[in-house]
Amino acid sequence: MAYPTKSQDGYDIVVLSDDVDLSCSPEARKAILASLASGNHTLVDLSAVTYIDSSGVASLVEGFQTAKKSDLRFGLIGVSEAAMSVLELARLDKVFPIHSDLAARLKADG
Amino acid sequence: MAEPQQIWFLTALEGVGRRVVEQVEEFGYYLALTVESVYWIVFGVARRQPVRISASFQHMVEIGLAGLPIVFVLSFSIGVMLAIQGIHTLKQFGAETQVVLGIALSVTREFGPLITGILVAGRSGSALAARIGTMTVNQEIDALRVMGINPVRYLVSPVLLAMLIMLPLVTLFADFAAMFGGAVFCKLELGISYAAYWDQSTKFIVADDVLQGLTKSMVFAVIIALVGVANGFMVSGGADGVGKSTTRAVVLAISYIVMADMLFTYFLTL
Amino acid sequence: MTNTPAIEVNNLVTHYGPRLILDGVDFSVDYGEVMVIMGGSGSGKSTLLRHLLGLHTPTHGCIKLLGHDITSCSADELQDLRRNMGVSFQGGALLSSMSVAENVMLPLREHTTLDEQTMGIMARMKLEVVNLGGFGDLNPSQLSGGMIKRAALARAIVTDPKLLFFDEPSAGLDPVVAAELDELILKLRDTMKMTIVVVTHELDSAFKIADRITVLDHGKILLTGRVEDVRASDNERIQDLLNRRPREEEIDADDYLRRLTGG
Repeated sequence: MAYPTKSQDGYDIVVLSDDVDLSCSPEARKAILASLASGNHTLVDLSAVTYIDSSGVASLVEGFQTAKKSDLRFGLIGVSEAAMSVLELARLDKVFPIHSDLAARLKADG
Repeated sequence: MAEPQQIWFLTALEGVGRRVVEQVEEFGYYLALTVESVYWIVFGVARRQPVRISASFQHMVEIGLAGLPIVFVLSFSIGVMLAIQGIHTLKQFGAETQVVLGIALSVTREFGPLITGILVAGRSGSALAARIGTMTVNQEIDALRVMGINPVRYLVSPVLLAMLIMLPLVTLFADFAAMFGGAVFCKLELGISYAAYWDQSTKFIVADDVLQGLTKSMVFAVIIALVGVANGFMVSGGADGVGKSTTRAVVLAISYIVMADMLFTYFLTL
Repeated sequence: MTNTPAIEVNNLVTHYGPRLILDGVDFSVDYGEVMVIMGGSGSGKSTLLRHLLGLHTPTHGCIKLLGHDITSCSADELQDLRRNMGVSFQGGALLSSMSVAENVMLPLREHTTLDEQTMGIMARMKLEVVNLGGFGDLNPSQLSGGMIKRAALARAIVTDPKLLFFDEPSAGLDPVVAAELDELILKLRDTMKMTIVVVTHELDSAFKIADRITVLDHGKILLTGRVEDVRASDNERIQDLLNRRPREEEIDADDYLRRLTGG
């Protein structure tokens, strides 16, 4: 499944949905890296995600690292409880900039 | 006292029977392993579980390159030995120059493959049994299986492939080394120049002789790989068991090689 | 999930030669539950685990994992099932020919077509989970016993399996390291919703992590129940286990004499 990317307020927002597991995470990775490759600040919207496994989380990690290397802003928004517990397991909740939604992120950006 | 004797007889018979059954079982196991590892070599890619070529390559280096010096030394010595014996024997008929023919034929058909087989069995067959045996004892084989990784595909097929490719090549190398040994001695003893020696050798040897040797070496390759691996898989009882299996693997592999060689020679020569 | 249990074992019977190892074992494990299988040595608990892992076929009986009967399903079905099973063996069983990180990546390499980079991150993430971040490049031989067990756990969970099997997590470890592993097991149950089967003879560890306990003795289940049930049980063998009393076998005089004299 291909994940849509929308542009809003200076960010590309990659919207992930449903189960992001072994079969879907390569698509998620592609979408995130494509957005960063075109030089856009990128947020990943996880609000519609019902389950994310570690391959999905690995794609987020790779995205964040790529963003840092190319001086782009990156973050997660709308992280569901299920997704949060997976992030917490590897203490990634302390690594990613996480906000409830785009507005909160923009506010934090200042 | 008829009864105890009868029991003694029966126990002995039972013992023999059990040994036979065990041996047949073991051969069956070798056969099953061979079939399965060949299956993975042939169909692995189609089943999207390919044999690891990198591992096979590593084995090739280990079997082939690392063993070349010792193969050279032994084959060279065998060549010299054949020359000495040959000249000594043929002298009685005044035909010592015919020694070149004798060396060429016996090396390519017999000693090249045999020496290589025995050396590789000693070097790699034992290493194989020890490695797989240690893995068995450490539950690494179980771990592979529960990860859904077929141990035969993962461990046996690469070895078999490497053996099948390397043993004939090393055998060719041994052929040359032995003939070189013969040439050196013949030059010293009979004054035959290297060029003349080479000329004569190649005139006598036909492709068939070399091919016969190489075919043998491929059979030996299967024996070494399978006996080594099977004894590794059959290890039980810790480090002690690994040691026993390793010894057993070498002794069995060498015995099977010599017996197979005899059968081969019988059927191919007569 | 559903009403069917994650693991269901029915009337499992196994012989090794003439010896009866498992004698009609029945039990089930619910989704998201930590089930501890307890018993002394020779109780058949290791054999039971090997059956659950599909490494041994029982003489008869059936074992259903995630609804699939592994005693009768096809090899391909079992292969699929194995992607959803993680196993941590007693000695770790890491492959000594490769680094720790490569070991952890191995199931991913064999089962997925993920990008190399993704697999690397997943493996290192799981090493972080078990507190082995930064140790990925070492060889298994360079790790201590506790680290090997944790690395083995990382490998077991790298594919996010639904079922996790853990053989003797705390055997041979010092109490602090053992306690850490217990914590990890509970963390995995709570965050990853894993169904976890732990085989152990360590009481303290068992009582700490178990949602339910199955006590095995001489190939038979003495009791399956919550920690309180086990503690409260008046079964003599269970009390022996709890109080670490040596086994008191009844002595048959004739049999005993025969054993001593070899006659």
